[in-house]
Order: sequence, then C-alpha cells, then structure tokens
Amino acid sequence: MSDIVEKTLTALPGLFLQNQPVGGAVAARAPFCSRLGSLVRGITALTSKHEEEKLIQQELSNLKVTVSAPTTTLKVMKECMVRLLYCEMLGYDASFGHIHAIKLAQQGNLLEKRVGYLAVSLFLHENHELLLLLVNTVVKDLQSTNLIEVCMALTVVSQIFPREMIPAVLPLIEDKLQHSKEIIRRKAVLALYKFLLIAPNQVQHIHIKFRKALCDRDVGVMAASLHIYYRMIKENAPAYKDLTGSFVTILKQVVGGKLPVDFNYHSVPAPWLQIQLLRILGLLGKDDQRTSELMYDVLDESLRRAELNHNVTYAILFECVHTVYSIYPKSELLEKAAKCIGKFVLSPKINLKYLGLKALTYVIQQDPTLALQHQMTIIECLDHPDPIIKREVKPQAYKSVNIFEDYMLVKEKHSITLPHAVLGTVLKASCMGVRVPPAVPHPGPVLGEYSYLLGKDTAEEVITKLYKLLLSDSVSSETKAWLFAAVTKLTSQAHSSNIVERLIQEFTVSLDTCMRQHAFELKHLLEDVELMRNLLPVDKSCEDMVVDASLSFLDGFVAEELSKGAAPYKPHHQRQEEKLSQEKVLNFEPYGLSFSSSGFAGRQSPAGVSLGSDISGNSAEMGLKETNSLKLEGVKKLWGKEGYLPKKENKTGDETEAPPNPQEAITMENVDQIVTKKDQSQVLTQSKEEKEKQLLASSLFVGLGSESSINLLGKADTASHKFRRKSKAKETKSRETTSAQDMPCSSLGSSSSVTYEEDYYLDNLQGRVDTDLEKFSLNSELLDSDTLKEHPLVEELSNCSLSTPSLFADSNMEVFHPPESIAASIDNEPSLASSLLEEATEHMYSDLTEVCNNETISVSAYKIWKDDCLLIVWSVSSKSGVDLENANLEIVPAENFKITEQPGCCLPEGEAESTKNFQYSVHMEKPCTEGNLSGFVNYQMMNTHSAQLEFSVNLSLLDFIRPLKISTEDFGKLWLSFANDVKQNVKMSESQAALSSALKTLQQKIRFHVVDVIGNEGLLACQLLPSIPCLLHFRVHADIVALWFRSSCSTLPDYLLYQCQKMIEES
Amino acid sequence: MIKFFLMVNKQGQTRLSKYYEHVDINKRILLETEVIKSCLSRSNEQCSFIEYKDFKLVYRQYAALFIVVGVNDAENEMAVYEFIHNFVEVLDEYFSQVSELDIMFNLDKVHIILDEMVLNGSIVETNRARILAPLLILDKMSES
Repeated sequence: MSDIVEKTLTALPGLFLQNQPVGGAVAARAPFCSRLGSLVRGITALTSKHEEEKLIQQELSNLKVTVSAPTTTLKVMKECMVRLLYCEMLGYDASFGHIHAIKLAQQGNLLEKRVGYLAVSLFLHENHELLLLLVNTVVKDLQSTNLIEVCMALTVVSQIFPREMIPAVLPLIEDKLQHSKEIIRRKAVLALYKFLLIAPNQVQHIHIKFRKALCDRDVGVMAASLHIYYRMIKENAPAYKDLTGSFVTILKQVVGGKLPVDFNYHSVPAPWLQIQLLRILGLLGKDDQRTSELMYDVLDESLRRAELNHNVTYAILFECVHTVYSIYPKSELLEKAAKCIGKFVLSPKINLKYLGLKALTYVIQQDPTLALQHQMTIIECLDHPDPIIKREVKPQAYKSVNIFEDYMLVKEKHSITLPHAVLGTVLKASCMGVRVPPAVPHPGPVLGEYSYLLGKDTAEEVITKLYKLLLSDSVSSETKAWLFAAVTKLTSQAHSSNIVERLIQEFTVSLDTCMRQHAFELKHLLEDVELMRNLLPVDKSCEDMVVDASLSFLDGFVAEELSKGAAPYKPHHQRQEEKLSQEKVLNFEPYGLSFSSSGFAGRQSPAGVSLGSDISGNSAEMGLKETNSLKLEGVKKLWGKEGYLPKKENKTGDETEAPPNPQEAITMENVDQIVTKKDQSQVLTQSKEEKEKQLLASSLFVGLGSESSINLLGKADTASHKFRRKSKAKETKSRETTSAQDMPCSSLGSSSSVTYEEDYYLDNLQGRVDTDLEKFSLNSELLDSDTLKEHPLVEELSNCSLSTPSLFADSNMEVFHPPESIAASIDNEPSLASSLLEEATEHMYSDLTEVCNNETISVSAYKIWKDDCLLIVWSVSSKSGVDLENANLEIVPAENFKITEQPGCCLPEGEAESTKNFQYSVHMEKPCTEGNLSGFVNYQMMNTHSAQLEFSVNLSLLDFIRPLKISTEDFGKLWLSFANDVKQNVKMSESQAALSSALKTLQQKIRFHVVDVIGNEGLLACQLLPSIPCLLHFRVHADIVALWFRSSCSTLPDYLLYQCQKMIEES
Repeated sequence: MIKFFLMVNKQGQTRLSKYYEHVDINKRILLETEVIKSCLSRSNEQCSFIEYKDFKLVYRQYAALFIVVGVNDAENEMAVYEFIHNFVEVLDEYFSQVSELDIMFNLDKVHIILDEMVLNGSIVETNRARILAPLLILDKMSES
C-alpha cells in the first residue's frame, strides 16, 4: 500500500548523494537547519545499528562542543536541542545537554523557549534534580504579560514539576483560573490536575474552584476539569453524587449538538468528551439506584443518537454500553445496549468486532441471557485467526461455561489423537464427581471415543464411573445424555458388563424421556453386538461414513403415509413463503424470521418440524433447508415423528443402517441431543466444522436457556470472509497510485517527473523554510501518494481515482468515470456512437472518450456494457495520415481482470485508412471496487521507425454488474441460501418520493433488477459477471434507507454497499 | 491512561517517541523494537489492538509509518484509535499534507502539537483549531 513512500524513502540516501552540491546550497541558505538537516539525512540513510552508533556518537561529540561554546546563539542552541532530542530518541545518552535545555527555557525567546521546555519535559523525569532549576523560570513565565509564555509555563507544569515546589507556583496558577483567556484557564486547570495526581493533599483547599471550572462558560475549560473529576470520583464517588445532574446536563448538551461545531470530529460532537462523561457517570451510578435513575434518559439517548457510521461513534457506543452495565441496572436499557452490540460483532470491520466482544464481556457479567443473541459470533471468534480476538472471547466463554477447553478437545479430536494427559484430566474431572457445569457436555463423548487409549481393561472401569455419575443428582440431564452416549460407545468396546445391564434397567423406567430413549437404544444395540461394533467403531470418529443421504430406503414408508392421507412434505422456505404471501406485507426484517423461529423456542417451529418431516424423502430440497436448520445432510435419519425409525426395508446389516428398534415417542428437544450425539459418533465430513460451531453455540448457552439454542444458524461463515475487503482496497489503491506515477504521459516526459520529485525533496531538505516556494502544479498531486493519508479507508479510493485524471490534465487526457457516463448514455440519444459500431446500438455504452493522444495519433475508447461481459473498444485514429495498417494495440494484463481480444469487427468500413478499432472483452475475476486497465499502441512512423503511446482506462465494479432477472420466489430461495450478508442504513439526500427515487437510482446506476416492491420495501437483484448473484433488500423509512445485501460471494456485498451508498447519498 | 505515543516506520526506525510514564532510556529502545515488531506481524485481518505485556497497543498505519499508542486497560481502544487519526489530521492541517519527512524535519513542532493534545497520559484537547493555536502564534511571532 505504501510502496511509493517506501520506495522514495529508501531512495532518499541516493537522492541526497546525487544532490550533494544542491545540498550545500541549501545549507548556505538555511544555516540553522543545515546541521539538523544533515542529521536527518544521515538517519534516513542508516542501514545498520553500527552505522547508527557511529553517526550519533559523532553527532554527540559535535553537539558537546557546540552547546558548551559561549558563542553559541540561542537560535543555534534551539537547533542543538532538537538534535539532542534525536540522539536520545534513538537511545543514546545526551545528559550533557540537559542543563542546556533548562538554560534555553530560561533565556530563550518564544519558540526557543518552547523548545527548551519541550526538551526539559522529554529529557528529565519527575524526580530529576535538575528540575529544581526550572522552578524559577516557571515562576517568572507564569507572571509574564506574554500569554504565550504563560501558556508554555503552564504546559510544562502540567507535564513535569517537582512535587516539593508546588507551593511556589500554586497561588499563581490558582489566579489563572480567573484569567480572561480560555486557553489560560484551561491550562491552569490541567496544571492543577497534575498537582492532584502527584500531591492530592496540596490542592484539597481548591476543590471549590474545580466546581467553578466545571461550570466554566468555555467548553474546553469544562472538559479539562472533567479529568480532575474523573480522578476524584474514582477515589471517592459518594462525595460527588450531587454533581450527577450537572454531568448529565452536560452530556445531554453535547449529545444534542449544542457545542460549537469546531468540537466536532467527523461530524460527531466532541466524541472524547462524551466518552469522558460516560465514564464519570459509570463511576457515579455504580451500585446506586437513585443516582443511576438520573442518567437513564441520557444514556438511552446516547444509544439512540449513535447512528452515524463512523468508528468514533462506535467508541462512544462502546463506552455507553460499558456505563449502562456499570450502573444500577435498568432492564430496558440493558436490553437496548445488548442489542446495540450486534452492530459491532456483526460488522466486517475487525476492530469493531473486537470492541463488540469486549462489550459482550460486560453484558455476560451482568446477564448472560442477553448475550444469547450473539452466541454464534462468539463461537466463530474462537476460530478467529487473530489471537487477540480469541483472547477477548475466551473469558466470555469461560464466564458461562468452560466451553473453550471443551472446544479445544473436540477440535483436537478431529485432527490428532488426544494426548493421554489431557484425557486423564478430563477423566479425572468427570470421575471425581467435580460438579460438572450444566453445559459441559463434551467430556462425555470424548471419554467414550478415546478412553480406550488408557487401556482395554479400563472400559468397564470407566463405565462404572460414568454409571455413578449418571446416578448422581448433581448432574444435569443434558450432561447425563452425553454421559450415556459415552457409555453406549464404551459398551461396544467392553466385552460384557453387568453394569450396562443394570444401567439399562434403571433408565428404561427413567422419567426423563431422553434418558429412556438412550436406554432403549442401548438395549437394542446390545442385542446385536456385531451391528453395534459396526455402528460404533473404535477410533473412527474422524472417518467418513457412507450414508444414504436421499433416504431412499424410506420411500416405501413415505408412499404409505401419503396414501393414508398425510400431507406431502414442503420444504421450509416454501412454508415460509406461503406464510409471507398470506400476510401480504413484508416484515420489518423478513428474512430474520427464519433464524429466530428456527430455534427451539417453539417446539413446532418450522425448522424443528422439518427434522421430522424429512422422512418424506424430499431430498431435492435438502440443500435449501440447510441454512435454517441444523445441517442434517448425510446424517442418518433415525428419528421420525413417532420416534426412532425402525429399519423395515433393509436388513442387509449395512453399516449405515439403523438397527430395529421399538418406536418411542420423543419430544423435539431430544432431537437436538440425539442429532448431536450422532454427530459425535457417526461423524460425517460435510461441514463438520460448521456443525461443531453450531453445536458449541447451542451447548454454550444451554445452561442459560436452551430455547434459542440454534439462533443465527447458517450464518456461520459470514464474518470470517468479510475481512478481505480491506486488503483488496489497498491493493487497488497501491496499484492505482503506482500507475499514476509510473505512467509516462505524452507531453510530460519521464525526465520532467524526476525533476519535480527532486524539487520535492529539496523542499524538504530546506526544512521547509521557504514554505512559499512555488511548487510544480503537479507536485501536490504526487505528494498525495506520499502524504500520510491512511490507505485502508475504502472511502479514499474515490479521491485516488480523482487524482489520477488530474495528473494528466496537461496532456489532455480524460479518464472514464463509469457511473456518470452510464447515466449520461441513458439520457443521451445514441447518435454519436451509433455510427461507430452496429453492436453498440443494442447495448448500453459510454461516450467515446479520448484516452490519450500525441501529434500523430489519438486513441479513444468507449465501453459497451454487454449482457455477458464488458466490451471496450479502443479506436486509434491517425491525425497526420500515418499509416495505421501495422498499428497494434496491447493491453497489459491486470490482476483482477480477464481480458480477451475480440477480433470480430475490427474495421468499420470507409474509415480503414485513418481509424483502426480494437475490441476487448473484459471480465472481472475477483470483485474489487475499481481497477485500471492500461496498454499501449504500437505504430509505424513514416520513416519506418516505430513509436509507442500508452494509455489507461479506469474500470469500476459497476461496469461488471448486470441485472439479475428472477422472480420473487427465486429471490426468497436465493436469499436463504446465501451466507454473506451486509447491512447498513444510509441517509438519503432528499426525502421526497424516497422509495421511487432510490429505486430508480439503484436500477439505473447500479443496474439492479427490481424484483418486487411491497409497501416501502423493495427486493432487488443483480449479478457480477459472469454469474455471481447479489440480492438487495431495501426498506425506506423517512429519509433512511436500510440496505441489506446478501450474496454467495463474500466481498461483493461490501463493494456494492459502498457503491449504493455513494449513489444514494449523491442523488 | 496513555503510557506512550510512538511513531515508528516500517524499517523499525523511531520517528517520534513520547513516554507519559518514565521509562529508562535503554529500555525504551527495546520496547520500541518489540512494539514495532508486533505491529508489523499483524495482517489486515487482524484488529489494530494488541496485547503487549501489561498494556494494550493501539496502532494505525499511515503509508510506511506506524503510530502506536500504548494504553492501559482503562482506555477505550477505539477512542484512542480515532484519536491517532485526529492527531494525523492536525498534522496534516499544519503541514498541509504531512509526510514522514515533515515529521523528521519538524520533530519539535510535532512534539508541541502532541503536548497540546495529550498531557499526563490523558487526552486533553481534540479541537483542531485550539490545538494549533499556540503553535501558530509562536510561528507568527518568530517570523516577525
């Protein structure tokens, strides 16, 4: 991303060398900067630690001489100080200069004095003896009539001041609290804050003055006093409860935008001030209902206000959540705050995710059930590549259950054999009757799976221990189910066991239906030991089993049922749709429905029922169902409405077939357990990982309420994919900047660009003394790539594409701006371009635009947005009768694009002599927002000498977007099958006729197909060529459009969102 | 609380360092080396916050330059993250399109700006105009 800067910086030493004579001139012109300049130059040229040491030691010995020489002027001394700063910054002791820093602060004037103070604050520490020498200077400056000197003195006092000398300056500083200038009052408050930090007793008598500062008419002074209050309230909150009202009022004013606009940061009013206030409120409201009640309103408002999608809003939101969970709880607020976290954790931005997870820890501490909605995210984050994200999530998982360890166990189980030690611990833990947390089900199956490692003989022993555990009352039924599964597994390894028989006896009469079911199962398995061995093989958990996924063996059963009048099976989405169409209106979040209802909250929920109704064998629909129920593909369907499905049709003893079993009614909740148990013992390959995650999610929160245990299923993969956007954007940017710089333009030769580069560095070498020095007009543009603009920001891509054309302003080059031209070509009559190519009339195309020219030829290009590709036609025309017959055009292969020459129609008739067309079809291979296609034309001059002309064309993602014409029904199906989604609220610039205008914008500019419009909601679909679909659900509310994208591609929604946002905000 | 504020480039060269709690000069170099190492080892898919010893690092990359802020647990990471950007915006305004070289040649001024914004490890001013006011006056007075 920063290739350019890197390149230029590493090239710096070379540049310095080349410019040796020029450098001398600079030194002569700016003598004060010369020494510093050469030091900086020296530092940039360093290649090794050894060189650095040599350079700095040399510098230090020079400095030693200079600073102690009596003839050294203060101006030179100031420069010496900066050089000394450099030496110390690089880790070399420059203590001989410390005293000179104090001297400079004492004797210097303005900037020299400031640098003196600065050096003191950087060189010395709190208890440094030299500091005492500074006190007189500070006292003098505090009394100065020059405000700047007073400011400096106050600044240095608030940075570093000897504790024992506070009394010497305290009265002076107290006086400054009444100063007429806000900056002095503010700095005085900050100086007092420093005293409070290092000597709280000394400022006790002026607490009343702090209150005055809090009520200061200036925001800055008030904000400064908050540091003092935060500190004091932290130490002793009860003493400041009476101020709660004031803090609340201040926060209300800030949140309400009552501050002067220059306190805004990216149009968010004084974010850091808000955060500070929220922190203070958090301290005040802790364990204090009455105080907390005062702030509920403003906190509620803060949560609501934070709608702007900027990082800093999230910082505020985070702090707000923290405060809400710190103070005396108010359930309504707690819920709102917990819900708010969704914005964080579901964000593709990794930093926000981190923040969201951190916020979740507060939620879980207070009320774990409120975190239920985010459980899938937590589980996903356990697998996150970033260890700090994992770290953040781990304590949360710990909080509710020790799931992390279990998770690791399960994970290991699938990849490596469990080490004895680990197993031993698990075994010990479970067997010693350690209170098994209600939701730690995994040791059971782990035991069942791997206890054989401990030796054949122990199988019985383990069973005995498990048996004891099963009988113990302290174990939850959930855990018991797992334990039973382990026993079942072990039984297949044990030769014979009385215990097992006893166990079966005991549990076949158990009140717990689930346990009863397990017992029956085991009993029947025991009757056919051979089958049991096949079914529960030793150490086969990682191996795939052949499973009749289509459940063809049930066809007979289905036919029978149907003939008896049973309703045919309908897949989940179909039922969903029927339900929707009955309601006629779209819900607020129509597709969220399927997730929330698929939990086990409702026992009759569609997802739950579909488990049972799968027996109809409608296997064709299975794929679609995946997203909203447990992934059952490939799982043996052992359970039907009536319970265990007996194997009637097939008695071949196939490994995949279930043994005969009495039919036993079970409730749906057991399905969960049984399915998961099967998952453990008959593991299948497909989406093993995903299933585990879901499993974990449900088990993680099972102790909290098994009701919504599989919420958010099917979204398992979304988050991890989304992080790629950043890097892509960067790539694009760096590629663009590179091309911007590297591309020689016809009028400005490459030599000229070198010249101005040099100029730029010279400029810097002079330490910018001559800031007025006229720069090349291009200079600033190029600097753009050098400046500290942060690259990852996708938003800035737009700036970047703008800077490219302006580089070529001199050479009359124009570059495409696809969105505009699309719009233009829709409106314009196709008169100009229609003469060029037949084909053009059938499709949308851009205007013919000249991309480059020189004296002899000119190259123009236009885009044709064909249904299946983007066609770019370059038209090379000669100005001075140059023969173009031998001219050819080559396109440089671009990273994200597939370019194919279309030889089809090359020369339009009649123009053969002076114009030649080249046609290329372009495909975007990887979604990206923008790209650049460059190439060159080779042609023969009269004198048979060949020449070359380079050009480039910008491509936008939108060039490759085509409408996707599908029905509402298909939309519904597709919607459910896509895992990647992105949501965003966008403010529209004009609110009148909102829906239709927004629709029109999206339809025309992005080429969405409008699938359906219902009320204030719209369904749109498009595809990225060749065939990556992306769906958009949008809903207009007042002047806000809620955009919700889904796609099979992980990055496309992000890019489209970016484009849509741009379009909507512009329109 | 902010413990330190660093500007280090990709090559690991420190361009600015400010410590709000005293750290021995020898230990600083070690710390800076480790800090930049951990920043460089991060990929784009990883967040901008790193746990380092008993504090957290919040970093942001601008071209080849990393700005790394060490904070304690009490600090809101995102607020610091945005504070870094605010700082860069201030620099950008003062230097009009700031580059690494601007910082190198004006180390003192960058420090003066930072001193206006952070004192004793607390963010004390974020209003751009107010941050730059004292420095602009100094510049003006020194010129005349």
